[in-house]
Amino acid sequence: MTTTETITWHVACQTADVPADGGACALINGRQIAIFHLARRNEWYATDNQCPHRQQMILSRGMTGSVGDEPKVACPFHKKAFSLKTGACLSGDDYQIDTFAVRIENGMVYIGLPA
Amino acid sequence: MNTQNNRRIVVLGNGMAGYKFCEKLIAKQLGSAIPFTLTVFGEEPRIAYDRVHLSAYFAGKTADDLALAPESWYTDNNIQLYLSDPVIAIDRDRKEVRSHHGHVVPYDYLIFATGSSAFVPQIPGVDKDGVFVYRTLEDLDLIRTYATKARHGAVLGGGLLGLEAANALLDLGLEAAHVVEFAPRLMPRQIDAAGSAILQRRLEDLGLQIHLNKSTQQLTGDGVINGMQFADGSLLSIDMLVISAGIRPRDELAKRSGLDVHPRGGIVVDNFLQTSDPAIFAIGECALVHSMIYGLVAPAYDMADVVAARLTGTEREFQPFDMSTKLKLIGVDVASFGDAFAEGDDCRTVCYENKAKGVYKRINISADGTTLLGGILVGDAAEYNQLLQVCKNKTILPPDPEDLILGNRGGEDVPGAGVMSLPDEALICSCEAVTKAQLCHEIGENGQTTIDALKKSTKACTGCGGCTPMVKDLIQAVQKQQGVYVRNVLCEHFDYTRQELLDLAKINQLTTYGAVLDTLGKGDGCEVCKPAVASILASLWNENILEKDRAPIQDSNDRYLANLQRGGTYSVVPRIPGGEITPDKLIAIGQVAKQYGLYTKITGGQRIDLFGAHVGDLPAIWEQLIAAGFESGHAYGKALRTVKSCVGTTWCRFGVQDSVSFAIEIENRYKGIRAPHKFKSGVSGCVRECAEAQSKDFGIIATDKGWNLYVGGNGGAKPQHAHLLVSDVDKATCVKLIDRFLMFYIKTADPLMRTATWINKMEGGITYLKAVVVEDSLGIAAELEGEMDALIANYSCEWKAVVESPALRQRFTHFVNAPTLKDPTVQFAPMRDQIQAQDWIR
Ligand SMILES: Cc1cc2nc3c(=O)[nH]c(=O)nc-3n(C[C@H](O)[C@H](O)[C@H](O)COP(=O)(O)OP(=O)(O)OC[C@H]3O[C@@H](n4cnc5c(N)ncnc54)[C@H](O)[C@@H]3O)c2cc1C
Repeated sequence: MTTTETITWHVACQTADVPADGGACALINGRQIAIFHLARRNEWYATDNQCPHRQQMILSRGMTGSVGDEPKVACPFHKKAFSLKTGACLSGDDYQIDTFAVRIENGMVYIGLPA
Repeated sequence: MNTQNNRRIVVLGNGMAGYKFCEKLIAKQLGSAIPFTLTVFGEEPRIAYDRVHLSAYFAGKTADDLALAPESWYTDNNIQLYLSDPVIAIDRDRKEVRSHHGHVVPYDYLIFATGSSAFVPQIPGVDKDGVFVYRTLEDLDLIRTYATKARHGAVLGGGLLGLEAANALLDLGLEAAHVVEFAPRLMPRQIDAAGSAILQRRLEDLGLQIHLNKSTQQLTGDGVINGMQFADGSLLSIDMLVISAGIRPRDELAKRSGLDVHPRGGIVVDNFLQTSDPAIFAIGECALVHSMIYGLVAPAYDMADVVAARLTGTEREFQPFDMSTKLKLIGVDVASFGDAFAEGDDCRTVCYENKAKGVYKRINISADGTTLLGGILVGDAAEYNQLLQVCKNKTILPPDPEDLILGNRGGEDVPGAGVMSLPDEALICSCEAVTKAQLCHEIGENGQTTIDALKKSTKACTGCGGCTPMVKDLIQAVQKQQGVYVRNVLCEHFDYTRQELLDLAKINQLTTYGAVLDTLGKGDGCEVCKPAVASILASLWNENILEKDRAPIQDSNDRYLANLQRGGTYSVVPRIPGGEITPDKLIAIGQVAKQYGLYTKITGGQRIDLFGAHVGDLPAIWEQLIAAGFESGHAYGKALRTVKSCVGTTWCRFGVQDSVSFAIEIENRYKGIRAPHKFKSGVSGCVRECAEAQSKDFGIIATDKGWNLYVGGNGGAKPQHAHLLVSDVDKATCVKLIDRFLMFYIKTADPLMRTATWINKMEGGITYLKAVVVEDSLGIAAELEGEMDALIANYSCEWKAVVESPALRQRFTHFVNAPTLKDPTVQFAPMRDQIQAQDWIR
């Protein structure tokens, strides 16, 4: 996928702030961003913190995991699962969450938001 | 029949049959070159809804919830729908209908689906205020409004609908609900006198007052009803009356249009549902077919199918329909099937009656003992589906047919009783006419192995829902046959059952999720296996669930040691063992609640729940509670919840043992122990059973000689009474047996399986469980006791650990980069001097 959008990098937190194979929520420019560290795969992901199903600010407290090779997070409320790569809902509903770029540098987590 | 040029269909009635006809026709004409044009007239103001579950409207379902399809479905399928607009005239020569609002619509085929109305007998006074019928949502609105100012209600008619209506009156808060029946028994069409007597007692226990053999002469009152006067001279004073004395087919328009109608009601149709005019059909409760009115939804749906099939080119006759029914009346099962009343020389009858438990069962068997003719079940209809199938399919009976109703009392399984022994053409879902063969095909060939998937592909389970348990059994059985899933493996990441995984984790001394996944699984795990493994690790080692790598594998509630509620806040429940609490502790709870603005409510388990806590406030809240002497109540965990108690001999003048002290002892013994699912207990001080111990996973009831121990009870959506495990044992024995029972459950149940289901699914059931737990038939009792002792020895309050550990405390924030900031999107609404969570945004 090519994108012409420019993004700005924001400091979110230290890498140690996000539990291994878990998530945490950061407030960036007034927006709630869920950050996930899939330690077993050594991958980082960031998405909306809001679950679109019942509009709850909760995804960072969701459970991470995989289906096949696709990394995912399941909402704690009603177990709607979302791909961490594409933001697509994996539980058969038409929901979509935004995903954001993540960069790790010197023990810090940076999130790229559309400028 | 040439169906190419006659494409205009008008449907009269947007009720259950009318809707189903449209649905079937749309499905059957999929892909046809010239689609039908469908026009539907409905007299009611709302789109077709599920009349069968009408009473759910009083329980909180909305008209939208009950709708059979959303309004958009009609537009999406190009159906012209006129609501609140009954058809008032038909010109059969011009083939046109005219509606109340003046719409004139031509038709090639006209379908009567006008249903029926409540039959109101001509008793003087029926026109008074406060007299209602029970048929439509509007009727229910009127009843609900009137009931707010009424105290004593009655229902005229003790049939199926009448009893349902009487229950609704109780639910609406009336002080008294009477049922007045003309016949000498309740539900005269479905059950016999003995069954009625049992049913009557059960219903009276539940608060209904039942009057049989009553012929109502008039309704008294000046404009507004105030009583009923009976032929025997007696009077009953009431403020409102619901009439449920049968149904009357809506054949008035058909009659005016010159179609043949029966003198006692009903539009006369042949086996193809065709009226005396070949262009006009009648389906559902307005149609008289096989010289009768079928007052049930399943035959109505089948009639819809017969006509839809005919118009799309497949001819089929409507076959006499089985009128077997099973229903739950106010929590009491009632079922009748086949020839329920069969008597005489060519029939043998087996009855079972247990007045103490309120159970009556009767089966009628052919004189040669080979086939089941019919029967009646009251109070316990668990065997209904099975019996119905045996009856309908004329399956050859086992040598001791009474096993069919008495259960298998030892020995092998009853031959011919499993789902797989049914013939392929056995109708599993009668509402949607789905056969066993169709279901097996979908499950086996197309991999449709969930109820949801089968609902979509076959529509089974979408009607009355009665077939769901059988469909579940079929899914299991077919998969077993194919050799798939003989084991209930956890998920794609672990090829083991929970029990196997527990044993392997134990042998390999694994204590973290990472280690379990590395050693025994693959991939990254998921929301199914993570909590299951978390539970296994807790059940094996009882270490703090948030330590090592275990926090992120806990389910939402366990992860923050609190219950996640709507809106993203949490609720907090301190342990109050046995429900006993000092005034000081009560004050401490009150102070915490006040300081943090929490909504407080007494729970069903005799403790106090504090709602609306921000995740960041949880450690500080617990710091104060712990300082006041509280411990975690594990309301968030798959662990022991509460041990409910009555006051027993300490205060009660009936008590025979000290139930509170025993409850406290038990609660402190098993607190914090994690299991496949939550478990609850109760201790009652005498047979009056005020602690409701028989509805708990394990319950204890005091006797003169000691204690009775019950296991496997359940409340919730599927209430079930516990089984008696032992009687009159002393305390020490009782505790020892509970240790064994719980540990056996913890080690062998599937994830999220309560003890009731665990025992239900166990081969050999309670008999086997008794052998293992009481008689130690497997020789594992000592091991189980030892394991339980180890768990108990390892208990410590997990909230105390969090409060005292800065590293664990730090995880309790909403924003990692602004730890003191609360989630600004959390909103509360005021409610009765407290707060409540904002409603879901839809
Ligand atoms: C409280 C209650 C509980 C029930 N429980 C069960 C149960 O447990 N199991 C079971 O099998 N059945 C049950 N039934 C019966 C079941 O609801 C009916 O068998 C089913 O609704 C029949 O469908 P129908 O389409 O023939 O009639 P209806 O659903 O009554 O639909 C007929 C519709 O046609 C409309 N109409 C009438 N005349 C005209 C006209 N001239 N023009 C336009 N519209 C018109 C009516 O207003 C109505 O909306 C229950 C019924 C009630 C009331």
